[in-house]
Amino acid sequence: MNAATPSAITSAPSEQLKIVIVGHVDHGKSTFVGRLFHDTGSLPEGKLEQLQKIAERRGVPFEWANLMDALQSERDQNITIDTAQIWFQTKKRQYVIIDAPGHKEFLKNMITGAANAEAALLLIDANEGIQEQSRRHGYLLNLLGIRQIAVLVNKMDLQEYSQARFEQIERDYRAFLKTIGVEPKLFIPIAAKHGDNIASLSKNMPWWQGLTVLAALDQFKVTDLPDNQPLRFPIQDVYRFDERRILAGRVEAGAIKVGDKILFNPSNKVSTVKSIERWNAPSQDFANAGESIGITLTEQIFVERGALATLESSPPYALNRFKARLFWLGRAPFKKGKTYKLKLATQEAECEIDSIDKIIDASTLETISRDGDQSFVGRHEVAELTLRTKRPIAFDTHSEIVATGRFVIVDGFEVAGGGIVADDNYPKRTADSLHKSGNIYWSHGKVTAHQRALRNGHSGYVVWLTGLSGSGKSTIATELERELFNIGKHSYVLDGDNVRHGLGSDLGFSPEDRKENIRRVGEMAKLFADAGIICITAFISPYRADRDLVRKILAGSQSQFIEVFINAPIDICEQRDPKGLYAKARANEIKEFTGVSAPYEAPSKPEIELHTDKLTVAESVACVMEYLNVQDEGSQISI
Amino acid sequence: MDYLSKLENQSIYILREAFNKFENLAMLWSIGKDSTVMLWLARKAFLGHVPFPLVHVDTTYKIPSMIEYRDQLVRDWKLQLVVGKNEEVLKSGVTYPNGKATRVECCGTLKKDGLKAVLDKHHFTGVIVGVRRDEEPTRAKERYFSPRDKNMEWNVEDQPPELWDQFKTDFDKGTHIRIHPLLHWTELNIWEYIQRENIPVIPLYFANEKGERYRSLGCAPCTFPIKSNAKTVNDIVEELRRTKTSERSGRAQDKESEDAFEKLRRDGYM
Repeated sequence: MNAATPSAITSAPSEQLKIVIVGHVDHGKSTFVGRLFHDTGSLPEGKLEQLQKIAERRGVPFEWANLMDALQSERDQNITIDTAQIWFQTKKRQYVIIDAPGHKEFLKNMITGAANAEAALLLIDANEGIQEQSRRHGYLLNLLGIRQIAVLVNKMDLQEYSQARFEQIERDYRAFLKTIGVEPKLFIPIAAKHGDNIASLSKNMPWWQGLTVLAALDQFKVTDLPDNQPLRFPIQDVYRFDERRILAGRVEAGAIKVGDKILFNPSNKVSTVKSIERWNAPSQDFANAGESIGITLTEQIFVERGALATLESSPPYALNRFKARLFWLGRAPFKKGKTYKLKLATQEAECEIDSIDKIIDASTLETISRDGDQSFVGRHEVAELTLRTKRPIAFDTHSEIVATGRFVIVDGFEVAGGGIVADDNYPKRTADSLHKSGNIYWSHGKVTAHQRALRNGHSGYVVWLTGLSGSGKSTIATELERELFNIGKHSYVLDGDNVRHGLGSDLGFSPEDRKENIRRVGEMAKLFADAGIICITAFISPYRADRDLVRKILAGSQSQFIEVFINAPIDICEQRDPKGLYAKARANEIKEFTGVSAPYEAPSKPEIELHTDKLTVAESVACVMEYLNVQDEGSQISI
Repeated sequence: MDYLSKLENQSIYILREAFNKFENLAMLWSIGKDSTVMLWLARKAFLGHVPFPLVHVDTTYKIPSMIEYRDQLVRDWKLQLVVGKNEEVLKSGVTYPNGKATRVECCGTLKKDGLKAVLDKHHFTGVIVGVRRDEEPTRAKERYFSPRDKNMEWNVEDQPPELWDQFKTDFDKGTHIRIHPLLHWTELNIWEYIQRENIPVIPLYFANEKGERYRSLGCAPCTFPIKSNAKTVNDIVEELRRTKTSERSGRAQDKESEDAFEKLRRDGYM
């Protein structure tokens, strides 16, 4: 037996390194950890004797693994089920050892352990050689971003401490790791049960003059906090304990200081840091990576949890589609067409699979083809795919900034998968492009509006129908479209629901979102009208200011804005109630319903006003047709 | 950044996640050093405020000065305190000090069931608990955000994955989540932090004239002092840097059987 390295804890640890122990089931991870603890003098007094006594009482041989496998069910099955974390200290620093299970069934626990580690020891049984989980764990360590790996070839005693056997395993496993771009720091032959090459060099393997496991551990480096990267400060919460609004969060990368002009992503709002907030700590006007702090701003802007604060000079990407490498742990597969929740830093967004590029069996590295069915990622599979989020999210690639380049997927109540944002040709944003500076010009084609009108036989228009729910907007809009079509005019209805399905799918029904929805419809309608089409819109659009904004958008174009007030008394609308919405609003099931619990601001000077309680649909349509004809005759292009 | 500051910042991050994600959140406060450090960290996280109630499960067998200390801090730090007791069992007298229950049974009814009653009454869906991985092996397997089912049971064989500080914050009705901001701290870290921050702790932790101090605090009949001359926080830090005796060695209920503590925890004990 080797001499123990006494390591009484004599001072506060200046640094701590977290190491995960992985490898195939039964390749000796827990035994190794037990032995490591004993050999570094890290066991509590009497612990060894206590466990030896228990083994004796049960009539079973003492196992080093029992030190870690404290749970009853694990002692019975003799395999590690969950990750456990325990501490020990060498002269150099403190270590946390994360013992991760090697059974495929417990892959999520292995990943939980490995995701928290800075370095890994991967054990391979010299007797059994490289097994399925040896390869899978190697692959996942790489995916999880762990680059410091030492491979321990264990149970050398069962192979008569054969140098040839050790070298063969090293050759084979290096070849495998090379195909995934991993280069382990080193391989060490050990026999954990007997302590060979753990704390001191083994007399049983005189041919090994390399490092012991302890020496190898001390060569690993503690991960530096990313102080020198661009600022990434995800907003975790907004506190209003007093009159101030404090934005709380942890600086994930870079540094933040008072006076910094901050860009909030993806909303692109800008403000300046007024103060850095801490409690019972020395006052400092800056904060570095790793610090959980609060900030206040000089201008009060609306910022919520999820916003990613950065400097203007180095913004993240802000897109609703990105490439990823993902592992799936959920019982149910990750399916195309189903909506999941994506969590990236403090952002949450609905997401779905856009396309699956490749599904990989992580233990063989073979692409899984499943007879061409690429519609899901199964449990314990790894995939390269493209994800689409319902609204744009701010992110970086994992190779640029780690904390904002990785995410998890939640299925129902469960965290079911995780992944990293892969490199791709994402559109870079620059400080200039973030603001509507003078750098965007309207590009004019070589076809004029008049030429289009002559070809089409009519000008482009935006016919904007506004009025209460049930006043008849949609009915009139679709009838008008049909009538125009019948006489050879180009027209198209922008319908509220259809627009919200795609163009406005990231918007809700708050006043802000409604306003943005109307703005987008207005911009869209303008483009339609410029293309020469009679664009009919049917939106309640209750706020005068919002409709005036659209009028203003159109004022800058060749096309005319025709505001049509569909005017019917509310009691008539409520009697009609085609979608049953009034009933729901009265029962308080819908909040802020126009006309009931939210205002409708009637147009002051609409181009056309239709009293639909007195006019039939046909009469109403005729009124609009008449108006359009008069306009076109005026410009001498009417058919 | 030094190691204690890393621990501190991580705990603050966890507390802030919990406060953001759980509408009915409470913190268990056992009056001991760990949960008092945790309370201090909450004040760090929320800039001097403690924006949720503290729950103390009172077995009525606590060492009397613990209750005095508790009430003092509640006044000084303006805390909201909720006290939970298992009145039924206390009335029936089926407890260990009465000789009518084993130690483990007594912990089960007075502490575990007492806790369940408080959680049910106040509909807490998130409960912050000051357990640490280094205390004993079952706690070494805990998650920062650890779900408990309707019966408060811990399914240790099927715990959620926990990676990159993305915690389990989605949960079904009737279940609750235990949040463990101190999980990665060691006993020594706790005392180093008390030393650095100058946090007031109950004097029972310091050696008396007989050369005895409490290393871990619980109910009077089941908690025993250790031999020690550590009279100050500095002394304790020095003592812990040298010791190889486990922290809960003075807690009798852990020793009734090999897996006593493990069973208690599966059933919902903290």
